[in-house]
Amino acid sequence: MSAPSGSPHATAGARTPPRPGVAVAPAALASSGPAPARQNGPAQSQMQVPSGHGLHHQNYVAPSGPYSLEPGKLASSLPDGQCNDYYSGLYTLPAQKVATPGAASHTGAQQVYCGGPPAPPLLGTLPGPVPGATVAASHMHTSASQPYPSFVNYYSSPTIYTASSSAASQGFPATCHYGVSAVSNAVHPSVSYSSLPPGDPYTQVFTSQSALATGPGRKGSFPGQNAAPSRPSALAAPLPPQHLQQQSLAGYSALSWSVPGLPPTQDKLIRNHSGPLASASSSPANPVADSLAGPSMQNAPPPRSSPVVSTALPGALSTRVLPAGKHPGELVALGAQPQELPPQKGMQYGDYVNNQASSAPTPLSSASDDEEEEEDEEAGVDSSSTTSSASPVPNSYDVLEGGGYPDMHSSSASSPAPDPVPEPQPVPTPTAPQSAKVAKPFGHSYPALQPGYQNAAAPPTSGVQPGAVPYAAFQQYPQQYPGVNQLSSSLGGLSLQSSPQPESLRPVNLTQEKDVLPPTPIWAPVPNLNLDLKKLNCSPDSFRCTLTNIPQTQALLNKAKLPLGLLLHPFRDLTQLPVITSNIIVRCRSCRTYINPFVSFIDQRRWKCNLCYRVNDVPEEFMYNPLTRSYGEPHKRPEVQNSTVEFIASSDYMLRPPQAAVYLFVLDVSHNAVEAGYLTVLCQSLLENLDKLPGDSRTRIGFMTFDSTIHFYNLQEGLSQPQMLIVSDIDDVFLPTPDGLLVNLYESKELIKVLLNALPSGRVSVFQTQLPSLGAGLLQSREDPNQRSSTKVVQHLGPATDFYKKLALDCSGQQTAMDLFLLSSQYSDLASLACMSKYSAGCIYYYPSFHCTHNPSQAEKLQKDLKRYLTRKIGFEAVMRIRCTKGLSMHTFHGNFFVRSTDLLSLANINPDAGFAVQLSIEESLTDTSLVCFQTALLYTSSKGERRIRVHTLCLPVVSSLAEVYAGVDVQAAICLLANMAVDRSVSSSLSDARDALVNAVVDSLSAYGSAVSNFQHSGLIAPASLKLFPLYVLALLKQKAFRTGTSTRLDDRVYAMCQIKSQPLVHLMKMIHPNLYRIDRLTDEGAIHVSDRVVPQPPLQKLSAERLTREGAFLMDCGSVFYIWIGKSCDNNFIEDVLGYPNFASIPQKMTYLPDLDTLSSERTRSFVAWLRDSRPLSPVLHVVKDESPAKAEFFQHLVEDRTEAAFSYYEFLVHVQRHICK
Amino acid sequence: MDRTRQKKKKKKIYIYIYIYIYIYHTKAFTFAAFCSMQALLLTAALIFFAIWHILAFDELKTDYKNPIDQCNTLNPLVLSEYLIHAFFCTMFLYAAKWLTLGLNMPLLAYHIWRYISRPVMSGPGLYDPTTIMNADILAYCQKEGCS
Repeated sequence: MSAPSGSPHATAGARTPPRPGVAVAPAALASSGPAPARQNGPAQSQMQVPSGHGLHHQNYVAPSGPYSLEPGKLASSLPDGQCNDYYSGLYTLPAQKVATPGAASHTGAQQVYCGGPPAPPLLGTLPGPVPGATVAASHMHTSASQPYPSFVNYYSSPTIYTASSSAASQGFPATCHYGVSAVSNAVHPSVSYSSLPPGDPYTQVFTSQSALATGPGRKGSFPGQNAAPSRPSALAAPLPPQHLQQQSLAGYSALSWSVPGLPPTQDKLIRNHSGPLASASSSPANPVADSLAGPSMQNAPPPRSSPVVSTALPGALSTRVLPAGKHPGELVALGAQPQELPPQKGMQYGDYVNNQASSAPTPLSSASDDEEEEEDEEAGVDSSSTTSSASPVPNSYDVLEGGGYPDMHSSSASSPAPDPVPEPQPVPTPTAPQSAKVAKPFGHSYPALQPGYQNAAAPPTSGVQPGAVPYAAFQQYPQQYPGVNQLSSSLGGLSLQSSPQPESLRPVNLTQEKDVLPPTPIWAPVPNLNLDLKKLNCSPDSFRCTLTNIPQTQALLNKAKLPLGLLLHPFRDLTQLPVITSNIIVRCRSCRTYINPFVSFIDQRRWKCNLCYRVNDVPEEFMYNPLTRSYGEPHKRPEVQNSTVEFIASSDYMLRPPQAAVYLFVLDVSHNAVEAGYLTVLCQSLLENLDKLPGDSRTRIGFMTFDSTIHFYNLQEGLSQPQMLIVSDIDDVFLPTPDGLLVNLYESKELIKVLLNALPSGRVSVFQTQLPSLGAGLLQSREDPNQRSSTKVVQHLGPATDFYKKLALDCSGQQTAMDLFLLSSQYSDLASLACMSKYSAGCIYYYPSFHCTHNPSQAEKLQKDLKRYLTRKIGFEAVMRIRCTKGLSMHTFHGNFFVRSTDLLSLANINPDAGFAVQLSIEESLTDTSLVCFQTALLYTSSKGERRIRVHTLCLPVVSSLAEVYAGVDVQAAICLLANMAVDRSVSSSLSDARDALVNAVVDSLSAYGSAVSNFQHSGLIAPASLKLFPLYVLALLKQKAFRTGTSTRLDDRVYAMCQIKSQPLVHLMKMIHPNLYRIDRLTDEGAIHVSDRVVPQPPLQKLSAERLTREGAFLMDCGSVFYIWIGKSCDNNFIEDVLGYPNFASIPQKMTYLPDLDTLSSERTRSFVAWLRDSRPLSPVLHVVKDESPAKAEFFQHLVEDRTEAAFSYYEFLVHVQRHICK
Repeated sequence: MDRTRQKKKKKKIYIYIYIYIYIYHTKAFTFAAFCSMQALLLTAALIFFAIWHILAFDELKTDYKNPIDQCNTLNPLVLSEYLIHAFFCTMFLYAAKWLTLGLNMPLLAYHIWRYISRPVMSGPGLYDPTTIMNADILAYCQKEGCS
């Protein structure tokens, strides 16, 4: 902890003054030079975080010697050289502290805030009784009084908001979050401003609450502040305990905080406010400023709001506020952003969100909704889409992270995993203590600030502070608290033994461990980076690496026997996404990397690329930060604050003007198809969603049908009814009316090629119900039903002809994707047909034995899938490039696309449900670097005709020891990558080869671990805790439809499973491989989470074994695309009656696919749980109620992967099998 | 199989050059000499093909060319290269040049194996644009030219 403070300090001090202004002014646009910005800045800062900064300066410089030191410490503490500049520059942190000191009492605090240089005037206003409103108002006032009238608007809006929020406690928290995030941004340029920092503060607050509580004076005062900013209610009843959180009070978290740790909260709140304000101000500014600011502004706001947003309130509130108040004009842009953003927040700021959620989960949801609506209204354009899209995602997030396990959430932000991340939690706690200690010197306020500070500053702070002379207490802290972790992490991304993750390396004897599966969902491990980088890092939902500690050399990787690769979900629906509109997109001159949070600024004018290490100039324009309206702080630009950003690209990034969206539906109307009756389902879905098809006014649509001839439909304007034109010469298809119709497809695809020439860019949806039997693409039935259960050779996994591949490549060349819907009851050679989608970046849907009336669950599934399919976002003419630090290289790509170059994927369409995997190899030793970065840039044309680039950047540490490599294994990512590799292997070699390879993967990695790392020579099978699920998942994979043998599996089913493995994002794929099993006949509200007014119970995960199925119980299995509810024979009749609506077990029908809407508590719980699970995925799964001893139970039991089947091992047998191999 | 695998590692160019030199030294005015003359010219062409391949894959690797275009240009060459080689192997057979034939057999066998195990495609050729950029395959193809 005790980092030498020294010189850095001075620099920090020097920088600080400018920063405050910068940080404060969120609005980038302001044309006013730096000077004006400054003025504004102070004012704003007073109001908001920025003000804090400003104050800091003063405080720092004058009053608190220690403080000043801190910055220096911070700088020094910066573990990574890269970060140093940032931090020092960034470290506005002091501001927070500053604010705190000031805030002895509420008024004091406010005053302090204001008190900062600029504040005084504000203070005067502030003193008013109403803390929240007044504060905001005062802020606004100040801002108003200052040069920027526009600000006033912002502020006012925020204030209003706050006021409203006060009414709705929920809203309040949101604001807080906002503020926090904003603060963090402002304060710590290096830190991504978004959610993380805020989240941290929260968490800290929580943890620290107790500690903080000690500082009574503060609390008292702060509460006032909190109340003032957020809500009167809070003030009135500051005490609302955490319980409130559970309740619907979003705000409560803030409130609760305020009570114990009010000081911190207050700070946060204040910050938040300031943040929001700043953002708001910025946003207004944006409007003012025509050009750059707009996007940047947007960016800024979204982060705050976004995080939470849909579900989470805090974010939402802030966002709303922003848009409404300031950006009426901007809204448009925002609108676009929001949609995207929502998901993002969830992703990136999952942690943040979580924290928030944890703090005030319930409140958020309930309150947020209302607020959201309000926001939406305000936002106008953006709102509807944004909220709607956003809400689902965030909800899930909240639920996931925040809901069930508050502690975990708070502690381990994004990826709390089973082993609660040691680092995060420790951090909060330590900080709290620190704050307390610190508080002594500074008075009450200080502690409060500190938490915020810590949050914002995170690692650096902690490191620095300890170092600070003034606080003797600090030293103690580290010892007492897990602070060590913090330190170590802060000191070096890679810190080793200091506090590695003992948990992930803890040896586990698999043969003796009965329950390897944790009862809670498994989260991605958090890379062992310092906290700043952690906060900045890309969300694991968008970007994951199989090894979160990258081995230094290929030799080390080979020793570890683990796959190295990335799993991407680049176009995920995001709740929050900073969108940047800028004339220049700053990129490295040699490797073309986009500037990202992990670059280092050598000085104000130069930055060093983190992928190729080239030193680049900072363009003049980039020196100006539209977000804060300051000049000379390029490291505070949103591009450098967020690891996921989206740029609006200029015409340099397009080969031709953005094309209109074109949708062509090619429908099978053969006898078989008519019999199955899918057309009615399709037509209904189309009619319902026709208006929701993404696209602008130029969107075109067309239809073709085919049986043994091709039918074109002339839909030209002016015709009283569509004309059907039949072309019977399918070997030489021509377009009967090139203008009036859209196009076609057919089993003979020659046609499509012709059509494609008429299609600018777009999507072709092919509905096929049987094997193509005519024309150029005809296929023969290759399946031998007698071999379905063969244990030996599975043939025909590859295509029979390259016709469809060529077709796909032609389509891809025309920027058209083909999506295949196969609704076939017989063998249709999906292996060949799927090629048309695989290489044109389309997607594949398969509904075996589809029949409208005989198989209603499939019809329902088709209907739901179509709804999602027709209305989801879509990007056209996309290319995706993946870059990585020099020394690493891309090896193989998995997914649906065409590989254009070694690192370039050509995607005719990109949709939010597409996932990709990349295998990596280490070509050069990485000894001279401690961090590696990966960047994916997805360039696409939005359905609105905008060219956009979405950039994700992931930063990971490099390690040199085998133990650390094992400590950082992300077992889920590894298993998904292995599954992808196994699919390739089965197609190129054979299925048995692929199965052997999977088993070998387990054997090799565990034996390598046993011989190299583990010191224990047990008789059992030893695995590190990070890999303890590895054998289980591999076993599940071996029993998956794609790879199983011995069980009767239709070839098409198998091939479809393989297609899904290749194209599904990780979250969905994991459910496919290893379903989640819950017991649902005894749902309680214990640990339940609250999502949009519903209470969602969180039953523990059960292991997939029949031993867990008791006859008295009812179980829900979540297989991703299917839900099974298994009802035991002697299941409680009350449950059956309350939930299923039947008097007893015997009266339950064999085929039941829905849960009746019964007005009983258990029914409500069950339904809300099922609905919650459904909301967490894009494709709505079908529900099957399976009675024990019904024929359908085989379907259910095949997913119990831990059990023995005729052809496959049980889990224990598998372990023994692996162990035998290891011993050989 | 083992022999062909070993052959793989050898540089194809060297093989062709060796054949060239060998033929050059054994020319005489018989049918065998005629074969040798023929083979001499053809081997020069094969060397050219091999170099062409190496360059082409290098272009591919450096993102200079689109894999579809590259495959379209390379695929016809592959079959002609194999056919030319098979052709003068046959010539040697008729000329009863057993030693020369024996030296060429492993390469011929490798060519046959390679062509049989090619990906599913309707036209002639070996290279599939959708898999060519796979690092393994690209490295293999590149090595095949010179290794």
